This record gives sequence, C-alpha cells and structure tokens, in this order.
Amino acid sequence: MLKLGPVEIAKYPFVEDASSYIRDIGITLEKLGTDPDLQIFIDMAMKRIRTAADGGVYESLPDMLDKRRMMFETLSFLVAVILLKLCGMQTLIRRFALAEARRAEKNLGVDLRIHPADKFELAKRLIGDLFSVNIEYINGDLSVPVQDYLTRAINFHEREWNLVNRRVSKGRVYLTRHETVRLLRTEISSYIQAKIRSAKMPTMQSGFEKPVTELIDLAKRFASETVIVSGEHPPCIKHAIEILERGENLPHSGRFMLATFLLNRGQSVEQIAPLFKNAPDYNERTTMYQLRNLSGESGGGTKYTCPSCEKIKSNDMCFANEKCDGIFTPLHFGRKK
Amino acid sequence: MDGKNSMNDQDVKLLERSFKRYYLSHLTEIPVPTDIAKREFGYKKFTGGMIRHMNVQDEKAMRLLLVENSPADVYCSNSYYLFPNMDMKKKDWQGADLIFDIDAKDLHLDCRYSHTCRVCGECKNVYKESSKCPQCNSIKHISSSWPCKNCINAAKKQVVKLVDILENDLGICADLIEIYFSGNEGFHVHVGKTEYNMLEPRARVALGDYIRFYNVMPETYGVRRSKIDRKKFPTEDDPGWHGRVAKKFFGKNAPRSTSNTEYVKIAEKLKNAQYTMGACIDMQVTGDIHRIFRMPGSLNSKSGLAKILCTDLAKFDPYQDACFIDCDLVKISAQCPIRFSLGGRTYGPYIKETKVEVERFAAVYMMCKGTAHAISS
Repeated sequence: MLKLGPVEIAKYPFVEDASSYIRDIGITLEKLGTDPDLQIFIDMAMKRIRTAADGGVYESLPDMLDKRRMMFETLSFLVAVILLKLCGMQTLIRRFALAEARRAEKNLGVDLRIHPADKFELAKRLIGDLFSVNIEYINGDLSVPVQDYLTRAINFHEREWNLVNRRVSKGRVYLTRHETVRLLRTEISSYIQAKIRSAKMPTMQSGFEKPVTELIDLAKRFASETVIVSGEHPPCIKHAIEILERGENLPHSGRFMLATFLLNRGQSVEQIAPLFKNAPDYNERTTMYQLRNLSGESGGGTKYTCPSCEKIKSNDMCFANEKCDGIFTPLHFGRKK
Repeated sequence: MDGKNSMNDQDVKLLERSFKRYYLSHLTEIPVPTDIAKREFGYKKFTGGMIRHMNVQDEKAMRLLLVENSPADVYCSNSYYLFPNMDMKKKDWQGADLIFDIDAKDLHLDCRYSHTCRVCGECKNVYKESSKCPQCNSIKHISSSWPCKNCINAAKKQVVKLVDILENDLGICADLIEIYFSGNEGFHVHVGKTEYNMLEPRARVALGDYIRFYNVMPETYGVRRSKIDRKKFPTEDDPGWHGRVAKKFFGKNAPRSTSNTEYVKIAEKLKNAQYTMGACIDMQVTGDIHRIFRMPGSLNSKSGLAKILCTDLAKFDPYQDACFIDCDLVKISAQCPIRFSLGGRTYGPYIKETKVEVERFAAVYMMCKGTAHAISS
C-alpha cells in the first residue's frame, strides 16, 4: 500500500482508509458525532458534499503547509465519506466522487511537473499503484505506454484523442500533464466510488442524524430534477447522456445534438439544463444562455432542429442499431412505419 | 474465389488426396503454435462446412487433426483461452496476439482486372471479358483472381510499412514479428506475446487506425482553421507519423497562410495520405479477438499454396517458395483464361475446356480457383 505524507494525504485523501485514519489521530466516531468542538469537521464535510452536488470542485484551504489545515482537509473528506455512506444516496456519491476526481486531477496536474523530482515520483507512484499506468519523462516529455493510453482513450469521442493524432514513439504516447490526468479522470472517480461503496458502514451517531437527513433531502432535489422523457431515446442520444452522467466531456457537436433533440421532443430549457451539470466545464449561466438560444427563446428567435443522422455520423456521434434503420434524424427514432 | 461450390466428387477426392500427401510429407515441418492447448482450432472440409471450437492439446494431436481429416483449410485462434473448446461465452479469454492481414485485392491495383476471371454461378463456364456468361447469359458469377508479381510486390510494400510502424512506433521487438505468406493473395503478420495482448477489440481498431494513418486531423500538426501554430509543426527528426508527415508535407512546403482554404487543402492531403503512407491492413481481422486465423504451415484451399514464414521478404517468391504439393502428373479438364507461373513452369491460358496433363500442384491451383476439374485416369 502506498504510504503518503500529510500533504499528499490532504491532496489525495481517497487513498486513505477513513476509519483507520480517524482512529489513528485519536478521534472516535462517537466523539466526532457528539463533541461540539469537532462539529467543524462535519460542517466542512457538508460543504464539500454540497459543492460537489452543485457540480463544483472543492477548493483546497490556502496555506497547505500548515499541519492543522492539512488535517482539516483530510478529515473533511473522510467525514464526508462517512456521511455519504450513512445517507446511502447514490446520486450524491457519484457526484461527490466525480468532483473529488477533478480535484485530484488538478493536484496531479501540478505534481506531475518534472521538478521537483520527489513530487513527480510520488504522483507517478500513486498513478502506478492505483491505476497500473507507468508514467515516465522521456527527453523532458511526459509519456504513457500505448496500451495504457488506448484502453482509456477509446472511451473519449473527440478526434484529438485518436492515437493517430498523438505523438507516438517506441511504444509510448506523449501527452501534456493536463492530458495525462484527464486520461485517468474516470478511473479516479470510479476508484473513489468503489472506496465509498466498500467502506464499512459506520454506526450512526446522534450528531450525524441532522446532516444525514439534510443529505437525503439534497439528493431528493436531484431526483426531482431528472429529465423525464417518454419513449425510448435513440442510441446516439443515450450515448450522449451516458457521457455526461459519467462526467466526461461531451464535444460541442454532441451537446448541440442532445439539446436540440430534447427541445424538439418538447422538453423545456429548465428541464434539460440539469443534464449538463456534470460536464467538466459546466457553467450554469452559459448553459442556460445557449439552451435559450437553441430553443429560440432568445437570440435571433430561430428554433434549431436536431442534426441529421448523416451529420451525426460525420461527427463520430452515431451509434446506430437496427431500430435506426430507415431514419434520417434521431427525431424519427421509434416512429412506427 | 472459393472453387468448392463447383466441385464434384472426383475433384474433392483429388484435392483431399493432394492435401493429405502434403501434410504427411511435411508434418514435422509445420510449426506448432505457441500455447497450443490454449487456442481454439477449426477446419473446413472440401465438401463444405466449418468445424470449430476444438482444442488441440499438443503437437501430436495437431498432426493427427491434419492427417485424419484431410482438411481444406485449418485455422487456429490468435486468442488464448482457458477453455478453448467451450462456447464463445464460456471460453474465458486470456489475451490475443496482434494479427494483421494484408491482401492484394484491397490495394485496388490496375493489374487486377487483367488477371481476374469469372466462373458462372449457373453453368460453371469460365469467362473473362464479359459482364454476363457468354454461354447461358447468367450474371451470377464468382470472381477468381490470379495474383501477379505486381500484386505480391505491392503487398510486400505494405508489409514493410507495417513492420516499420510496429517496431519504431509501437516499440515491438523485431523478434516477435512473424511475416507469413497467406497462401493466396497477401501476407499475414503475427505479433507474439506483447503488452498489447490484452487489448480489447475497440482498442485494436484504434491501433489499426493508427497503422492505416486514418482519421488524422491537421490540428495535430499545428494547422488550424484560424491560425497556424508553428511550434506544433513536425520536424523530420520527430518519431512516428510526425516525422513521416514532416518529410512528406512540411519543410519547404510547410503551410504559411491561415485561411480556411489552406486548412481544407492540408486536411485533404492528410486524408489522401492514408492510401500512400498508411499500411493497408484488413481492420476486420485486426479488431477481431474471436477469429480463427489460417494456421501457419497449412495449405490454403483457394490456391493449394502454403501459409509459410517469410524469412527474407524481399526475395520471397510465393509461386516458387510456397508451392509444396507433389509434382506428379494428373489429368484435368481446364478452362483457365489466365496464363500463370507456378513451381518454375508456366501454364495456360486454356480458353476452351481442354484436357491436359499437368503437374499436381498446377492442377490443384486451377481446381482451387474453380477453373479445372479432375478426370478419372
């Protein structure tokens, strides 16, 4: 098992085992749930979960060299895991895992710099141990083995991730730091989710009851925001929704296709907007602005229609099945002939 | 061309006997696939039908299969399984060698028309310069191609490109790359156990796209619609496609302007480069991990030639080096409008049905291509 120092634990708290870490620093769950002096950790954990639920990424506390703050940082994550486990709401767990993956992505992006060497070595070991990817600097460039790249990049739909659009030499693919960590986002998120799911169920303490109820209410809010559409979606639309649900980047053409499809199926801008919350670059204002433009509510007043199957195909967003036979636009999917 | 459709009992007998004689006399020379017990085997008979999901425990069992069944074609999986003889879902996949198929027919060479004939689906008449059968007017036919030296040389060039990419870009050690003549119109390249063995089909397709230089973007080389990013321009010293593209399109010819027209021009050039720079491989083969692939050392029922290892690709002559069927004389009735060379001799053309006595390997070659039938002696 990878052993990290306090700074690294604060950056990558998901590597730690929640209950043993808390026990090791001399706090019991009972104390955490009852001691008013420790209430701050519960408040911080709740803030962390709320930020994640709203599609944001929890910002680290400033001055990370302060030992006390590092502990705060770590504990707030671990308490969040305990609360999530107690509330059992999968929507929140998924959103939390994705947000924490993005946070780890940011930190890894910094630590993967060639200097200082010790930080790079640690980030490399972390990635190697958790995800079995061997990262190396070769002639000053970051690289990963072709097979490790391929198994992950095939899930991305932008052409730039096609191996042919990468620098490849002697069995390695050369990437920027940002690209390297982006490659791992889904895995980090899955790792965190798995970690939460496999964690031992903590005992409910009196001090946890209120925040847990609050979390259940929060999750219900998301449930009511779910877009309900009658009838089966065509595979291209299903696929676009899946990408967004996984927190992956859906290219512009995919977002356009999804939004115009749903708008033309009678969904309102407000009903569709939450779908995009998981997009890595989600911005509520921009999303609403763009959706209103597409719906014709603003801009030139033109209501855009869904692109044709041919156009979707040329954008690599088509995943046709036998039910698509004979249709020219996703809007015709499922119509009886 | 699969000549088996037009075969009569005598044809089947002659072919089975000829193939069996080859297997008997070359049994010890046929290489044993690595991890033989973990591979799925299959074979076809001249009478039709495919038998697969077989496991072959060892060399002895493999030899027995070849001699006892007189197979027309023998196949062996590139995958390794825990239970190779079970149904596909229960086999328990353990990995698969990378395999590549290069076929002259996919190269769309100009010479192809000159050495392709048609076998009528109705009356079995063989004809060349006509869209329908001159004998019965049927348009149903099976094409039968007789690859020439030009075809083989063009396929060899693709193999050279492929091997260069495998070694230099993908870092595969030369010792692990085996080049085989397919036994008919091209070459099979097998890559032994490497880090790539666990790749799933979609990843294999992506790898294939890289090898074909397919779906490349001008942005990769610093050319955008709105601007030119000179820092991203490839140089000739760059490894992989960057270096190859630099040699072909950059340097003195590097784009200077930033217009949309320039972008479209470069995009078009790069798209066309897949046919000139990329290696033309069959993606169906490379992406398929459940395929059973022609076994090295076995005979190809489309020609009677062997799938054989090419140790010196440049010098390799399939019509000499892969022709192992006996050279005793047999009588056949041939209607073969194409002149061909095999085993150091030249045969045909036999425009009208002609009774001839030729070496067994030539008779088999013509029969496999549907242009000859056995005559009882």
